[in-house]
Amino acid sequence: MELVCPAGNLPSLKAAVDNGADAVYFGFRDDTNARHFAGLNFGPDKMIEGIRYAHEKGVRAFLALNTFPQPSGWERWRDAVDRAAEMGVDALIGADIGVLDYASSRWPDLNLHLSVQGSATNYEAIRFFHENFGIRRVVVPRVLSLSQVKHVVENSPVDVEVFGFGSLCVMVEGRCLLSSYATGDSPNTFGACSPASAVEWRETDEGLETRLGGILIERVGKGENAGYPTICKARFEVEGNTYHAIEEPTSLNTMELLPELQKAGIAAVKIEGRQRSPVYVKQVTRVWRAALDACKRDPEHFKPKTEWLAELGKVSEGTQTTFGAYHRPWQ
Amino acid sequence: MSTQPKLSLGPILYFWSRDKTLEFYERIAQTPVDIVYLGEVVCSKRAVVRFGDWMEIGERLAAAGKEVLLSTMTLLEAESELKMMRRICENGRFMVEANDLGALHMLDGRPFVTGPSVNVYNQRTLARLAKLGLRRWTYPVELSHDTLADMQDERPEGVETEVFAYGRLPLAYSARCFTARAHNLPKDDCDYKCGEYPDGLTLSAQDQTRFLALNGIQTQSAHTFNLLSELDELRALGVDVLRISPQAEHTEEIIGIFHRCLTGEENPRDGAARLNELMPIGPCDGYWHGKPGIDAGTLDQYR
Repeated sequence: MELVCPAGNLPSLKAAVDNGADAVYFGFRDDTNARHFAGLNFGPDKMIEGIRYAHEKGVRAFLALNTFPQPSGWERWRDAVDRAAEMGVDALIGADIGVLDYASSRWPDLNLHLSVQGSATNYEAIRFFHENFGIRRVVVPRVLSLSQVKHVVENSPVDVEVFGFGSLCVMVEGRCLLSSYATGDSPNTFGACSPASAVEWRETDEGLETRLGGILIERVGKGENAGYPTICKARFEVEGNTYHAIEEPTSLNTMELLPELQKAGIAAVKIEGRQRSPVYVKQVTRVWRAALDACKRDPEHFKPKTEWLAELGKVSEGTQTTFGAYHRPWQ
Repeated sequence: MSTQPKLSLGPILYFWSRDKTLEFYERIAQTPVDIVYLGEVVCSKRAVVRFGDWMEIGERLAAAGKEVLLSTMTLLEAESELKMMRRICENGRFMVEANDLGALHMLDGRPFVTGPSVNVYNQRTLARLAKLGLRRWTYPVELSHDTLADMQDERPEGVETEVFAYGRLPLAYSARCFTARAHNLPKDDCDYKCGEYPDGLTLSAQDQTRFLALNGIQTQSAHTFNLLSELDELRALGVDVLRISPQAEHTEEIIGIFHRCLTGEENPRDGAARLNELMPIGPCDGYWHGKPGIDAGTLDQYR
């Protein structure tokens, strides 16, 4: 299985390459990718430098172009496809039918991956993208159980990549509008969930309040941790009970499932976190490299080492990790 | 360019009993709605209305002069769900509303309509789908009237545009069932709790602001999107179909109000004010104006 690591900037890219990534993924510095945050991503010069650095060490470089252009912004996505192809990326990770259509007709030799934002949860959808645009890999949304993932792999005409570690989307990616419902901007339209400009923190008599687009997303007492406000991981009131109505602030860690993922024929494991620091990328890449190597050597006896989990625990968001949907009872 | 839009009734998004569903469509046959979408689009476990029932309902509605379509599921994971989708795609009688691109692969060149969960955000996507047999597309709910104007300018020949004009907005889909979770039940043993909430289960912020509605694996807006007061603009944009999403009560009355506003018997502003009274909570229309979806700026005066 290939280890695909996040690169929000050049130092992160180098950290991933130097610590054992098989591939890195990154985006341009605008809304053409789903980690459109201030200070993140690559201008053309840094991207050329990053691709060269990766290639010199035998690491592949993927460009995320996984948001949905509207007519007024179409040229930006089209130009991004052209630039990526000219720079020699090893794959373009796209989601929008129009973008994939353009990329496959203008650059027939360009290797296309379907982003998780393409919402392909079943092999019929994957076949649609394969037959129409010649995609060669699909990243499946974080909503499938392990047995469903296996079924997809068995019937998919292309390689399947899964998320292994990092923030957990509870909703099918590419079809979640919760952020724009509160703020006007969503991953699809703007490339960000809960954009920072819509976040407000307020100290009140009832505790520290976090608001998103003016809506009270979280209220925590003294000594409690207030995480970054995403709607799906906040506490709400339903029928008189206040609780995490959608999901606790946990993050995904599937390391224990590695032998099963390997046996299922998964082609690649993706680490989430282009918005995280180079230190995060370095630690997570190093641990996952060791885990993948150990699993490949001896899948029968593979067990995550305590020190690996401790290392990952230090950089996880929230205090808990979960298998997410891979583990059926979570659903 | 000015069009007189037709009215459609979207698929029922909630879990209603078989009797309630059958009675509902008996009444719908008598309403002035032009197009009716049938089928379960949210959760395959809610199979109390069977494929054969849907076909029969479809025949009755067709006999009453309605254009009938069968809608496919939005989130497909299990092979059994793909099997049902295949049956729908091969029904041979009614056109299909695809809510996932897997349906397009199965339809294999047959004409189709896309629902709100198929992301058609730009002209190139629209053109590509038109080549594959697209007859009508539903405009994504999170986009504004400005983007629709741009899309309409480059719309391919023979493709109609439908706009989600009334209903709680479909906002997200998950592997997890949030209605079961609210009752501390796992999805596999959900006790069909969503059947107790025929308009969804309202979720509020900790300061009691009503925010979302939980409908099984689907998350909706708590507020009801309503574009009736924008009728002049919808006509000017050449929108062909206005979609009303069914709610547990008053759906026929809602259709009636839209119809009277379309025929000029009622002023859209008065109609919108009357609709506010029929909603589970209240109106929103922010997305249409390029703002957060929950905003209701232009509707406030009617509250």
